[in-house]
Amino acid sequence: MIEVKDLHFSYPTGLEALKGINLTVEDGEFLAIMGQNGAGKTTLVKHFNGLLKPTTGEVLVNGTSTQQISVAKLARNVGFVFQNPDHQLFSESVEDEIVFALKNFGFEGETIKKQVDWALNLLDIEQYRKTSPFMLSGGERKRVALASILAWDPQVIVMDEPTIGQDHQQKEKLQQFIIQLNAQKKTVVVVTHDVEFVAECNPHVILMSQGKILVSGKAEKVLTNPQLVAQASIVPPQITQIFLRLADLGLPTDVIDVHEATKILLEHLRRRK
Amino acid sequence: MAIIETKDLTYTYPGATTPSIQDVSVTINKGDFVILTGPSGCGKTTLCRTFNGLVPHFYNGTLEGEITVSGLKVADHKIHELARHVGLVFQNPENQLFALSVEKDVAFGLENSAMPRDEMRKRVDWALQMAGISELSERPPHELSGGQQQRVAIASVLSMQPDIMVLDEPTSFLDPVGAEKIFKVINELNKKLGITIILVEHRLDLAAKYANKVIVMNEGTVALTGTPREIFTSEKARLIGVGIPKATKLYQHLKRQGVTLKTVPVTTEETANLLLEMLNHD
Ligand SMILES: Nc1ncnc2c1ncn2[C@@H]1O[C@H](COP(=O)(O)OP(=O)(O)OP(=O)(O)O)[C@@H](O)[C@H]1O
Ligand SMILES: Nc1ncnc2c1ncn2[C@@H]1O[C@H](COP(=O)(O)OP(=O)(O)OP(=O)(O)O)[C@@H](O)[C@H]1O
Ligand SMILES: [Mg+2]
Ligand SMILES: [Mg+2]
Repeated sequence: MIEVKDLHFSYPTGLEALKGINLTVEDGEFLAIMGQNGAGKTTLVKHFNGLLKPTTGEVLVNGTSTQQISVAKLARNVGFVFQNPDHQLFSESVEDEIVFALKNFGFEGETIKKQVDWALNLLDIEQYRKTSPFMLSGGERKRVALASILAWDPQVIVMDEPTIGQDHQQKEKLQQFIIQLNAQKKTVVVVTHDVEFVAECNPHVILMSQGKILVSGKAEKVLTNPQLVAQASIVPPQITQIFLRLADLGLPTDVIDVHEATKILLEHLRRRK
Repeated sequence: MAIIETKDLTYTYPGATTPSIQDVSVTINKGDFVILTGPSGCGKTTLCRTFNGLVPHFYNGTLEGEITVSGLKVADHKIHELARHVGLVFQNPENQLFALSVEKDVAFGLENSAMPRDEMRKRVDWALQMAGISELSERPPHELSGGQQQRVAIASVLSMQPDIMVLDEPTSFLDPVGAEKIFKVINELNKKLGITIILVEHRLDLAAKYANKVIVMNEGTVALTGTPREIFTSEKARLIGVGIPKATKLYQHLKRQGVTLKTVPVTTEETANLLLEMLNHD
């Protein structure tokens, strides 16, 4: 469990990026943090694994303040995938990148091999095992960054913009995998601008704006509220946009899913006949 | 009139065993708004790098075939010459930022032009405003959020107003309202000033309405070209893995259940209008 209590954070430049954040991420929760550029999303999640420490207030991971525990120790429980993979990748080959953390956390021999193979396969980068991460495309590099964290199977997984650079199929795979993680009672936190991705996963959503939390709730409630969404510089999912236009016909407007949308429209047609 | 023309263009990075693009022949006309898409790793960025000469002049490796940009053979002209015609927004914005302030980064390209000071000032202010970062102008770019950095990278190409703008996933870090704004800005540059736009995108739903042409790449080659509507309704594009907008998906789902809208919509407006028409009619 991650508890954030009245968290304020200022960068050394004096800029106050977080202005009183209160938040609890329960074990097994799937949380998406969204909101405008510069709202403080990355700054907030960097507190979850101790990369940043509160200026005032506190962040507790499983009951212990991040001030009292080293990043190295925290990292075993809280895996963190950076927004920009270049901030994370440093090894000579994709395989080394994944092996590094595993060794660091005391995994050995066969287990390392098994986990590496599993992660390479999951993220479709098997053919780049021996390649330098710096000779890969943007989307491929992001997948290496994801693989190197997922490989050690942390209890809490924080991913800053996991879908950046990913094509439709990779996104779908990632979505399936996150849902599976969640079913295994892992805690998953994603920071994302990808409204359609969130609409398909329907997680708990927090909207941030200017260092504060605007609202917190289920995706289908939050993302279908045009006023709230606008305040966070987001646009509603495409399906919602369509249903907002149909509101005068007496149809619901809190629809984010294409299957549900189809059902509602068919039902509406049937009733009118 | 062709502004970019490639013929059997094949390129292999140094140390790589297979080419990253292979036998690519494309023609892009002056004033086109082109979306370049295809699975991660298919060669989009590599192709973009040939448009401004980063490939082969910066990356080295072996380039075969022909490419002409604004009448210049890329192989025979240096990057800085090509830069007068082509502006590239990098996929990773951080790799494009180096100045000590946002404003200096955005003004950099213009400093080397013959533009008068006051006009330059106006151009920089305009670019900052279009990218929504006027209030960040004095900040060091490396102390900004990811999306703020991407806005700086975009502004630094906007300020140049080059004949050809190549934008490699320019909105991947942007909030959705910011992304819509940027697409509108480049659309205006395209329609009003005739600037040729080449936009690399995985998500076609936002930009499709502005584009007249979509190029789908797959495994280093051009697999398909067509209008957005042709691509969204193409079985081949679906098999390659091109994402279909939800507005079109809803159409497909309804059709499968025996409800067929009059035309295939590609935007939410079109879908909503078609649905309204049908529901108000019965
Ligand atoms: N600097 C490099 N050296 C060697 N190979 C490279 C280099 N950059 C990219 N590649 C390889 O070339 C191929 C095409 O990469 P490119 O970056 O053009 O893909 P892309 O379509 O832009 O992908 P993405 O959508 O993930 O950004 C990939 O297989 C990649 O691994
Ligand atoms: N290293 C830094 N030094 C000073 N200020 C910073 C630094 N990094 C970020 N900031 C500022 O802190 C605020 C919050 O930044 P943060 O990166 O958390 O935003 P974000 O919500 O993740 O945005 P994005 O969606 O663009 O990634 C912004 O105003 C940003 O300019
Ligand atoms: Mg961020
Ligand atoms: Mg790319």
